[in-house]
Amino acid sequence: MTRRFSWFNATSLTFGFAFLYLPMVILIIYSFNKSKLVTVWAGFSTKWYGELMRNEAFLDAAWVTLKVALVSSTLATVLGTMAAIALVRGGRFFGRTLFSGMIYAPLVMPDVIMGLSLLLLFIAIGLERGVFTIILAHTTFSMCYVSVVVSSRLASFDRSLEEAALDLGCTPFDAFRSVTLPIIAPAVISGWLLAFTLSLDDLVIASFTSGPSSTTLPIKVFSAVRLGVSPEINALSTILIVLVSTGVISASLISKRAIIRQRREERAAMAQ
Amino acid sequence: MVQHESPTVFAPWEDPEQKPLIRFIDVTKRFGDFTAIENLNLDIYEREFFALLGPSGCGKTTLMRMLAGFEAPTEGTILLDGADIAPVPPNRRAVNMMFQSYALFPHLTVEQNIAFGLKRSKMTKGEIADRVLEMLRLVRLEPFARRKPHQISGGQRQRVALARSLAKAPRLLLLDEPLGALDKKLRQETQFELMDIQEKTGTTFVIVTHDQEEAMTVASRVAVMDHGRLVQVATPDGIYENPNSLYVADFIGEVNIFRGHARALGDNRYEFTWAEGKAPFTAVSERDDIPASGPCSLAIRPEKIAITAERPEGALNAVEGTVLDIAYLGSTSTYHVQLAEGPVIKAQTANNRRISRRSFNWDDRVWLSFTETAGILLPGHE
Amino acid sequence: MNLRRTLLIALPYAWLLALFLVPFGIVLKISLSDMALAIPPYVPTLDITAGWAGLKEFFSQLDFENFVFLTEDDLYWRAYLSSLKIATLSTLITLLVGFPIAYGMSRASDAWRPTLMMLVILPFWTSFLIRVYSWMGILSQQGLLNQFLLWTGLISEPLTILNTNVAVYIGIVYTYLPFMILPIYASLEKLDESLLEAAEDLGCSRLQAFWLVTVPLSRAGVIAGCFLVFIPAIGEFVIPSVLGGSRTLMIGKVLWEEFFSNRDWPVASAVAVVLLLILVVPIILFQRNQQRQREQEQ
Repeated sequence: MTRRFSWFNATSLTFGFAFLYLPMVILIIYSFNKSKLVTVWAGFSTKWYGELMRNEAFLDAAWVTLKVALVSSTLATVLGTMAAIALVRGGRFFGRTLFSGMIYAPLVMPDVIMGLSLLLLFIAIGLERGVFTIILAHTTFSMCYVSVVVSSRLASFDRSLEEAALDLGCTPFDAFRSVTLPIIAPAVISGWLLAFTLSLDDLVIASFTSGPSSTTLPIKVFSAVRLGVSPEINALSTILIVLVSTGVISASLISKRAIIRQRREERAAMAQ
Repeated sequence: MVQHESPTVFAPWEDPEQKPLIRFIDVTKRFGDFTAIENLNLDIYEREFFALLGPSGCGKTTLMRMLAGFEAPTEGTILLDGADIAPVPPNRRAVNMMFQSYALFPHLTVEQNIAFGLKRSKMTKGEIADRVLEMLRLVRLEPFARRKPHQISGGQRQRVALARSLAKAPRLLLLDEPLGALDKKLRQETQFELMDIQEKTGTTFVIVTHDQEEAMTVASRVAVMDHGRLVQVATPDGIYENPNSLYVADFIGEVNIFRGHARALGDNRYEFTWAEGKAPFTAVSERDDIPASGPCSLAIRPEKIAITAERPEGALNAVEGTVLDIAYLGSTSTYHVQLAEGPVIKAQTANNRRISRRSFNWDDRVWLSFTETAGILLPGHE
Repeated sequence: MNLRRTLLIALPYAWLLALFLVPFGIVLKISLSDMALAIPPYVPTLDITAGWAGLKEFFSQLDFENFVFLTEDDLYWRAYLSSLKIATLSTLITLLVGFPIAYGMSRASDAWRPTLMMLVILPFWTSFLIRVYSWMGILSQQGLLNQFLLWTGLISEPLTILNTNVAVYIGIVYTYLPFMILPIYASLEKLDESLLEAAEDLGCSRLQAFWLVTVPLSRAGVIAGCFLVFIPAIGEFVIPSVLGGSRTLMIGKVLWEEFFSNRDWPVASAVAVVLLLILVVPIILFQRNQQRQREQEQ
């Protein structure tokens, strides 16, 4: 199909993507600036990366963040996948509406409210704040995202595949393990990735639920940023941007290539 | 077909000594307010190729899913080999199903798909491998054993699905619109292949289809369904030549229907008056429910009506009309003839000579005639 | 019901009840309590050991004082109104910026579209905080924008943008732009090209065809995009506190300060309850729009 691509389209795309990417490009460029003054270019240098590597506080915070993200995203994936199956395949059960409401509500809930309410809960039950409470908080909101990703895959899943497995002698659990799970695995993995990045990014909820000994990277960055632009933060941001974009781009390339290969094989099969 | 090979005709349903493999006894299935199956009784015998035929929503798929165990009857019992199957879950039933979508596991190879059910039985690895190979041979897919479902064609996928459902040597194989996804030519080839495999394995097949031609081709018996009821259960020729109702006559093949009044002449002969001032038809019927004098319908297949320029001599039933339309279909031509009294009648002739000049043209006056046994007399007008 | 199914439902259910619903109950309860200087800084606390009498005592002490306080101090009023204003205005700007981009993407060739899609989604995965922070260096007094404008001669004095509401608008439009583009693009991409050809065939100019065919058919996407920007923007905290100034009033920021700086938990909780009430209407409208769209697709 031919689509009419006009000058207007080209211009709006150029300006649109420039707007989306220019700030980040500038950030990356200035992370290699020799000068402490972030707006004046004084030559190329990687010294801020070195500073960053020697900054114990940042490294500690990075380690806490990683731990929290790994544990909470894994927990969220398990719970979120269970919730998705319960919603799509669970049939009717008591309080189903409330359950689906609780799955969708955190997606639109302001972070400040989530954070505040969780903190008040932890205080009410006398739970000391630290890495553990951040993990609890992050698991709670990211399991909802996982659940939405997985349930949309499950909803489009051909029910007769499960019936075929039952017909061929599987118990319902066996059918789920050997047929459903392998097929929805890509959705579960992208759910995990989403939960992981959400946890890495979160500032507000972590601020409410962390204790004095458990500062995460976003909290650290936020307190530094409030004092103004610093080349060290630029360097840190650059590292994070590069890591995340490499991950996302290569993941999408891999899945794109798999789709292309599958299409080609299908076409070859049809041509026989 | 089976009946051509065995010296005695394959017709276990006519033998009172035979025990049916499947018995539906007063089975009703409701989904909320909707009644999918209503008070249905049906026997299916071992080695039968049984077709459930009907429009979508007639309950044929529900019937099949009850056999597979995915639905339970609301009332009544289903017996397999004389035992009630209601308490047996689908994974324990000696019944396998070939799904309309094939439901091939996309993450497993052809081989692994076929082995899937075997791995859930008590077979050893070696036995499984042997059985898989046997199945691959049966459906002629040995070269494709290592491929994934998306790497083979639609026809091959259909055969994998068949092999997978046959691998466990079920007592009963259910086929849900097995050829629905194939194009017409492939479908016709596959029909014969299905019959061949059914014969080779000796498995009882129950097939669900909405394609009457397919049902007629493959089945030993056909059950025509409508609104959750069985309208007629009979052999394909029985269904075609002796429909028990206007619904069946109209559903299977093409038919002309005259509505009128029958009067018994004795000796199974009836006088059928269909229009005032017109000579009545004479029809023969062995049915015992034709009224001695009352409303009846006469159903006649187009190919049983002869079309001639002059009134054929000695013809019992003949009417005059004008050619309205001619449909050339290759092997046959169908003439639409407008009778003076109103109805348009279809008559079919075989084109058994190549490029012969057409005998009749638009607006020609023609005579339509048929014998007294050509039409099927049915009581009532519905 | 078998044990596996029960467990499958009960585990995530119990988790959400304990860590989502119960905390809300607590927020609601504290919003009805009084501030105290001890920790936790509010009374009454529920003493379950006191039994029924304790429960009665507890309920008798709850009141709407904090909510009355919110109406009396005009700080809160102004904060709510200013949040609504900022969210509404920035949603409109995001729409104006996002629609041409989504439209351009839907016009691009088949080979380009997946790449463009990727480019829109990528920022979503990158840290929100970093994306907001990246504007600080651009908008500051000696920032690149001012340097650029001074160089072109458009201005002679550097503009003050950072720490004003303008910076907040820029921040919201920038960070939420992908949420606007994606639903609009999704609805434009489905648009059948032959509809536009039919419109032109029937005598429309290209602009008329755009206005009479493309725009109405992308309505569901536009509505979805607007809600996806508007709803989170109201409760936004990071953007006003990084890019906004001391005079930027947004309710998320007020809540944060009430809690962390003033340590007035009851008032912070009351602010949260009111914020939630404000959000209920757009959330319900959004859900209805999504549902209608799903029904149309079936």
